[in-house]
Amino acid sequence: MTTPHSFGKSLFELLSSMRFAISLLSILAIASVIGTVLKQAEPYANYLFQFGPFWFEAFRKLGLYDVYHAAWFLVILLFLVVSISVCIWRNAPGFAREMKSFREHVTDRSLAAFKHKHAAEFTHAPEALADQAQHYLEGQGYTVRRLTRDDGLLLAAKAGSWNRLGYFLAHSAIVLICIGGLMDGNLIFKAQQLLGYKKIETRDIPQSEVPPISRLTPDNPSFRGSVQIPEGSSADVVFLNVADGYLVQDLPFTIALKQFRIEHYSTGQPKNFESDVEVFDHTGKKVRKATIAVNHPLIHDGIAIYQASFADGGTRLDIRGWNLFAPTASPFPVEGTVHQNTRLTSPAGDYTLEFVDFRPFNIENMGEEDAPKNNAMSVFGGSPVASDKHMRNVGPSFQYKLRDTRGQAREFSNYMLPLELDGRWYMLSGVRETPNESFRYMRMPLDPDGSLDTFMRLRGALLNPELRPEIASRFARETLPKSAWGSDTEDKLKFSASQVLALFADGGFTALGRFIEEKVPAAERDKAAATYLRILELSTFEALHIANRDAKLPPPASDDATGWLVRDSLNSISDLFVYGSPIYLQLLQFDEVKASGLQLTRSPGKSVVYFGSLLLTLGVFFMFYVRERRVWLRVRPGHALLAMSSNKHTIDFEKEFAQHVHALDTLAR
Amino acid sequence: MELVLNPPAPLLKRLSWFDWLFAVIAAAGGLYALAHYNEYMDVYEKGILLATIPALAIFGWYWKPFRTLFIVVGAVSLFALGQYDGNLARMEEAFFLKYLISSQAAIMWMCALFGLATLTYWGGMLGRSGFALKTATGLTWSAVALGWVGLMVRWYESYLIGPDVGHIPVSNLYEVFVLFCLITAMMYLYYEARYQTRQLGALVLVVISAAVGFILWYTFDRGAHEIQPLVPALKSWWMKLHVPANFIGYGSFSLSAMLGAGYLLARRGILASRLPSLDIIDDMMYKAIAIGFGFFTIATILGAMWAAEAWGGYWSWDPKETWALIVWLNYAAWLHIRLVKGLRGPMLAWWAVIGLFVTTFAFLGVNMFLSGLHSYGSL
Repeated sequence: MTTPHSFGKSLFELLSSMRFAISLLSILAIASVIGTVLKQAEPYANYLFQFGPFWFEAFRKLGLYDVYHAAWFLVILLFLVVSISVCIWRNAPGFAREMKSFREHVTDRSLAAFKHKHAAEFTHAPEALADQAQHYLEGQGYTVRRLTRDDGLLLAAKAGSWNRLGYFLAHSAIVLICIGGLMDGNLIFKAQQLLGYKKIETRDIPQSEVPPISRLTPDNPSFRGSVQIPEGSSADVVFLNVADGYLVQDLPFTIALKQFRIEHYSTGQPKNFESDVEVFDHTGKKVRKATIAVNHPLIHDGIAIYQASFADGGTRLDIRGWNLFAPTASPFPVEGTVHQNTRLTSPAGDYTLEFVDFRPFNIENMGEEDAPKNNAMSVFGGSPVASDKHMRNVGPSFQYKLRDTRGQAREFSNYMLPLELDGRWYMLSGVRETPNESFRYMRMPLDPDGSLDTFMRLRGALLNPELRPEIASRFARETLPKSAWGSDTEDKLKFSASQVLALFADGGFTALGRFIEEKVPAAERDKAAATYLRILELSTFEALHIANRDAKLPPPASDDATGWLVRDSLNSISDLFVYGSPIYLQLLQFDEVKASGLQLTRSPGKSVVYFGSLLLTLGVFFMFYVRERRVWLRVRPGHALLAMSSNKHTIDFEKEFAQHVHALDTLAR
Repeated sequence: MELVLNPPAPLLKRLSWFDWLFAVIAAAGGLYALAHYNEYMDVYEKGILLATIPALAIFGWYWKPFRTLFIVVGAVSLFALGQYDGNLARMEEAFFLKYLISSQAAIMWMCALFGLATLTYWGGMLGRSGFALKTATGLTWSAVALGWVGLMVRWYESYLIGPDVGHIPVSNLYEVFVLFCLITAMMYLYYEARYQTRQLGALVLVVISAAVGFILWYTFDRGAHEIQPLVPALKSWWMKLHVPANFIGYGSFSLSAMLGAGYLLARRGILASRLPSLDIIDDMMYKAIAIGFGFFTIATILGAMWAAEAWGGYWSWDPKETWALIVWLNYAAWLHIRLVKGLRGPMLAWWAVIGLFVTTFAFLGVNMFLSGLHSYGSL
């Protein structure tokens, strides 16, 4: 027989019950875990890839990609707020009374029923005992109320009433913090979205073309968005990432980036990120000039502007292109800007060149495997001075995608400066097929002048079939003594050299290896490979002679350096066949333009949350470090009864009771 | 009624000459630092330094052994600084630095002493030897002193590496693990004296030894003891408040978990005759959680305020923030059950033990398994 009244009452009972509050705390904790395990606010495509279409959709419906803003999560929070509020409502009057009350109406019978009580007999005047006891209790921090009773008097004392105040403070603090958090949340947008006033933009279009339905006006009370501004440019909007799209938030001002700076420690790690900005109002008047750094935001017009990230803002690149399979060594010029595309028409084919990024510096670990640390010297763990000898700035690099006419693209990452590896210098170019892979690097040797010219010349000569007979015959004549010139042996050698060169020009060492595997019996393969390699190296040296002669340069020296150059060149040429591009782009010069990633926040709830936090701190300390205790001393002629109570029975309480008992006994003596 | 009971004198009147000497030393140290280095500090850092002086003094007056610890650590650290003479290379040359009180040597000694203290506590408890237990207490104090010396000297060494590299040693997982050991040990030593019981040291030192094991692995396997310059996000005076407050929380939660374990063991009759009474363990456990909860609350709030300045929002539901909330909710529930329901006994002890796993995950697991903004101490 439930009447509406009793239903309301039992709802009230439930909401204000401890069990309910604890259950909510537990559910909240468990729900929070989800958001830490599942990466939040990723692009939806990533989730689709990770979970497959069925679970992707299921999780999307559950709001798991943005748990903390999901409706059900907010409902749990709301229940918590309601539960705590009801709890405060229910306990407030009683607690307030408790704080004020001395419980002076306590009867003799109820005092006698206390667990902590102690009786003492005494001989002198009750008044005098009461005076002493009152003095003692006040000295112990109690407030004492003295009451006369028919046959004597009663001292009612209390201490630590603030403990109850702590309860109010802490619990209203939680309510305040939740309210402040909701003020800074996206509830308004959610409501607008539900009612169809606003819609998330998912297309990749210029912000000026985003329609008003996906724009938020400057008077939006709370937002947190970000924007990337290249040096010398300005922005009057920020972007808010929502679900699988974004919203455009119009700002009440325009912010211009003058300069973005990165400071470095001597070890190369970044030390500080700073943006010099200027703020203009909508009439175009400059109203503020400031520098924003990490941990040092600028607050303008109630909007806090933070240094959040950085990127390339459209660096201009001056590039030399090499056609890797051309029989000549003549390069061609290319110009480009990061984040932009260029058509590339070359003898090797037509391509779209997409400049992805430019990095003015690269800190790379150039060290060998770390030496064992547990040597005898480091019993004490060694020096805390970082051994950063291996970390080195290897200079600028740029990334680009080369897309062929069929739309297939590979991504490249080329260093501008040569790198020293194993004591020799190379130009490095990395390549990968998909963004998940790491770059595989091809290295091209530099000549003693520090240029790629010799390698390119040699490459051209080796890949040029027209030069092959001359190379072969030079090789044969250099190898054989003069007496054997014109013999069958020379013809055989010439033939072998031509064959090896042709194979190599067709597919590098792989082609050579395949040939040996097909034509040479297994037992003789190693020997054949060694012979072919020797022929190839010597022929290549001759090719270099010819290439130099044709370029009107002095002949190459017959020294170790040339030997290494020849070997390295052969390795590089062989790698060209798996490099995946007929073009190598060498960065000559750049004009860097940086972009600063700023985050702009308007959070009206912040002060509410901070005030709530202050109350919470006070409340917690009052609750745990102020002990509420009450003491009664009922004095009748010749007879005194001490009773004590507390809302928390701890060992400290027992100790204090023992102390009061001792005091009473001393007074009564 | 011959005897008139005098109320306890107010704190200031109960102070001995040693209390005042200690306060004067603390103030002198703080003011010297302020006078010499004020041009390198911003207004907040000066505020923190000035507030540290009365905080130290009051802490020392309240917990007397701290005065001696403070003076010893200060004297030894200053001696080490003198040995350096502004030259980092002296670390490998000067005898005292190389073997005793360069930061790394001191921290390794701390590790060794904590290990010894653990063994001695167990020996003393199992063998019912009061002498061994007293020795263990002494070893723990020595470990604490050397650990603090290690951190102080490390602070100085970081400035020797480069004036712009220098920073308070609470910036990475290695440094905070040392801090964790020190805070947990000091909290235990406080309760040990207050409850006049040394047997629980055997249990508490187990969790410290585990942290020491981590420090050693982290040093020798990963070279984590190397001083690295701060990433821009950490270059803030907030770090000086947020991190220590957090570790008082973590330290006391760990302490309570070990006490919880002791409670459960004693209740099953294991070591029962050697451990203090269940009531005492229960009371200590409650106090540790209450202290930890208070400081953890402050630390989380400070963290939120710092986040508002560094990341643009006081709460971003970053994994570390979320796990801090989970830890907070966990102990909030624990305290509600105990204070409102008045529940005691094995259930709360189990809960405290499980709380250690939640806390450890928030402290370490998040760094290991989850990625986010707060990835300063990755493994």
